[in-house]
Amino acid sequence: MIENRPLLTIFSHIMLILGVAVIALPIWIMFVAASHPEIRMTQVPLPMLPGGHFFENLDIALSRGMSGMDGNGVGYMMLNSLAMAMMIAVGKIAISLLSAFAIVYFRFPFRMFFFWMIFITLMLPVEVRILPTYEVVANLGMLDTYWGLSIPLIASATATFMFRQVFLTIPDELLEAARIDGAGPMRFFWDILIPMSRTNIAALFVILFIYGWNQYLWPLLITSETSMYTIVMGIKQMLEAAEQVPQWNIIMMTALLAMLPPVCVVIFMQSLFVKGLTETEK
Amino acid sequence: MARVVLEGIRKTYPNGFKAIHGVDVEIEEGEFLVLVGPSGCGKSTLLRMIAGLESITEGRLSIGGRDVNNLEPSERDIAMVFQNYALYPHMSVYKNMAYGLKIMGLPKAEIEERVKKAAAILELTDEQLTRKPRQLSGGQRQRVAMGRAIVREPSVFLFDEPLSNLDAKLRVQMRLEIKTLQANLGITSVYVTHDQVEAMTLGHRLMVLNAGNVEQLGTPIELYQRPASLFVAGFIGSPAMNFADAKIDAEGKNITISGQEALPLGDGGMPEHGGKDVILGIRPEHLELVVEAPDAVPMTVTMVEQLGADTLVHGHFGESRSDLTVRLDGIRHIKGGEVLPIRVAPDHLHVFDPKTERRLS
Repeated sequence: MIENRPLLTIFSHIMLILGVAVIALPIWIMFVAASHPEIRMTQVPLPMLPGGHFFENLDIALSRGMSGMDGNGVGYMMLNSLAMAMMIAVGKIAISLLSAFAIVYFRFPFRMFFFWMIFITLMLPVEVRILPTYEVVANLGMLDTYWGLSIPLIASATATFMFRQVFLTIPDELLEAARIDGAGPMRFFWDILIPMSRTNIAALFVILFIYGWNQYLWPLLITSETSMYTIVMGIKQMLEAAEQVPQWNIIMMTALLAMLPPVCVVIFMQSLFVKGLTETEK
Repeated sequence: MARVVLEGIRKTYPNGFKAIHGVDVEIEEGEFLVLVGPSGCGKSTLLRMIAGLESITEGRLSIGGRDVNNLEPSERDIAMVFQNYALYPHMSVYKNMAYGLKIMGLPKAEIEERVKKAAAILELTDEQLTRKPRQLSGGQRQRVAMGRAIVREPSVFLFDEPLSNLDAKLRVQMRLEIKTLQANLGITSVYVTHDQVEAMTLGHRLMVLNAGNVEQLGTPIELYQRPASLFVAGFIGSPAMNFADAKIDAEGKNITISGQEALPLGDGGMPEHGGKDVILGIRPEHLELVVEAPDAVPMTVTMVEQLGADTLVHGHFGESRSDLTVRLDGIRHIKGGEVLPIRVAPDHLHVFDPKTERRLS
C-alpha cells in the first residue's frame, strides 16, 4: 500500500511508539534497578535513570547471589535452565521428526489412529496431566534430575503435526528418485528430508527453546534441591525466600540474565526463523 | 545394455481398479520404445512397474535376463528421468549427480570422473555443476536430471514425460538431444509421453495404450500406415484422421459415405465385407483438391486455417454431417461456403468395424 497522508503517518507512528514503550518500559526499569546499590532501591521515588553499580551487581549476582542463598551465584541456575531448554528443544525436534517421518512415509496398521492419538495430546498440556505425570516421574526416580525436568515436556503434537505438513509438501518424486539412487529409508531421512526441512527445524528450535526456558510450574514441582533450580523459578524463590527486604537490584539483575539466552537465540536465528515459517518453495 | 522382457504384466490396485490388463513385449538391446496414450491410460503406471516404484500384480518382468519382479528399484540396473526432474533442491548439481554413486560406495575419484564425463556429454559447465537446481533454467534442470541417469551407467533408461514441463521451442530441441544421446549411448530406453509427435520422432517402436490395454505395437510408420484400431487411427497423426459412417456395396468394390458418390476401394476391394456398415477413415493429407475429375466428391467448406506451410480446410462432404479436414500444401485462398471438388486416394482408405473398432482391411 503506497499512500501519502501525513496524518495517517503521524498516527501510525504514535501507535508504534506507544507499543514499543509498553514493551520496553518494564525492561528499562529492570535495567535501571539492576544498576543501583541495594539501599537506593528501597527509597522513593524509584530511580528512572541508570546508576553506576551495574557491573558490581552483576558480579554479586553471579558469584554470591542473594544473602541467604548459601553464597551460590545464579550461574548454576542458568546452566540448569540451559540444560533443560536444550534437552526439551532438541528432544522434541528429534522425536517429532521421527514420528512425522513414520506417519507420512510408512504404511503400518493403525497409522491414522496413532496420528490422532498424537494429535489429541494437544489437549493435554503438562498443567492438565500434572499429577499423574508427577507420579510417573517420581516412580521412575527422576525427581531432581535433568531427565525429570525435560522428558515429560518432550512429547509434542504441535511439532509432529508441523513436520507432517512439511513432509507432505515434499514431492513424492524425490522419494522415488532417492529409491532409484539406492537410498534406504533412514538415508533418505538423513540426506534429504532433514536438509530440506532445515529452516523449519530452526524456527521450531527458537519456539521450543523459549518454551523450555520459560517453564515455571513443572520445575517448581519436580525439584526440591536448590542445585536443580532453574532461573525462572529461582527469581520467584528469591522474592519469597528473602525474609528481609528484597534485594531488588540483585533480583532485577537475575531477571536481566534470565532474559539473555532467549533474546540471543531469537537474534541469531531470526532470519532462519522467518524463513522457516514463511518459505514455501521446495 | 539389456533386453527388457514383459510377460503378461498386469496391475490391480488394492481398491480393485485394474490399471494394466496384460502387456507382453520384448524390448531389444539398444531399442527406444515409446509408450504413448492419453492421460490415465496406464502408460506411467507401466513405466513405474518397470522401475520398481509400483508392484507387479501378475506377470514376469526381466531386465538383462534377470527376473526383477521383487527387486528394489536400485537393484534393477535402471535410471529414471522424472517429469518434474525430482532434483534434490538442497544439493548442488554435482552432488545431485553424484548422490547415487556415493550410495553405491564408489571411490571419490571414480565418482568425479563419471560426473565430469556426463557433464561433458550434456555440455554442463564446471560453474553450473556448483549451482543449486533452483538457479538453473528448465532446460538445464532437465539436462541435470538426465546427467543423474547417465552417471549410473544403467542398462535401461526410463523417461516419464521428461519434456512436458518445457516450453514448446525447448521441447523440440531437447527431443533431438534425447534422440541423439540415446543413439550414441545405445542404452535400451522406455519413454512415456502423451504427445504423439514426440512418440513418432523418438521411438524405434511405439506402444499405444488405451485404458490399460495395448492397442497396437509397431514402428511409427506401421502405426501411421496401418493403424490397427479406431483409437490408434485417431491418436496417431496430426491433424487427426477424418472418420465417416460408410457402407461397402454388395460386391465389396466401392464404399459410399452416407448418400454420396461411391469411392472405389483399392487392391481388388473387400469382397468378404460386402454390404457391411463400416467406419471409413481418411487422413487429411490424403485428400486432394482436383479440377473436375470423375471421382471427385463435393466438399462444403466451413472454416479455413492458414498455417503458412499448409492450409487446413474444414468442412463436410455434401449434405453429410460428419466433419472433414483436408490438408493442402502451401497457401490457398479458400473461403467458407465454397464447394470444392475433393478426391480421395484409394490406397489410403482405412476401414474399421463400427462394433469391434478394429481394422477390417
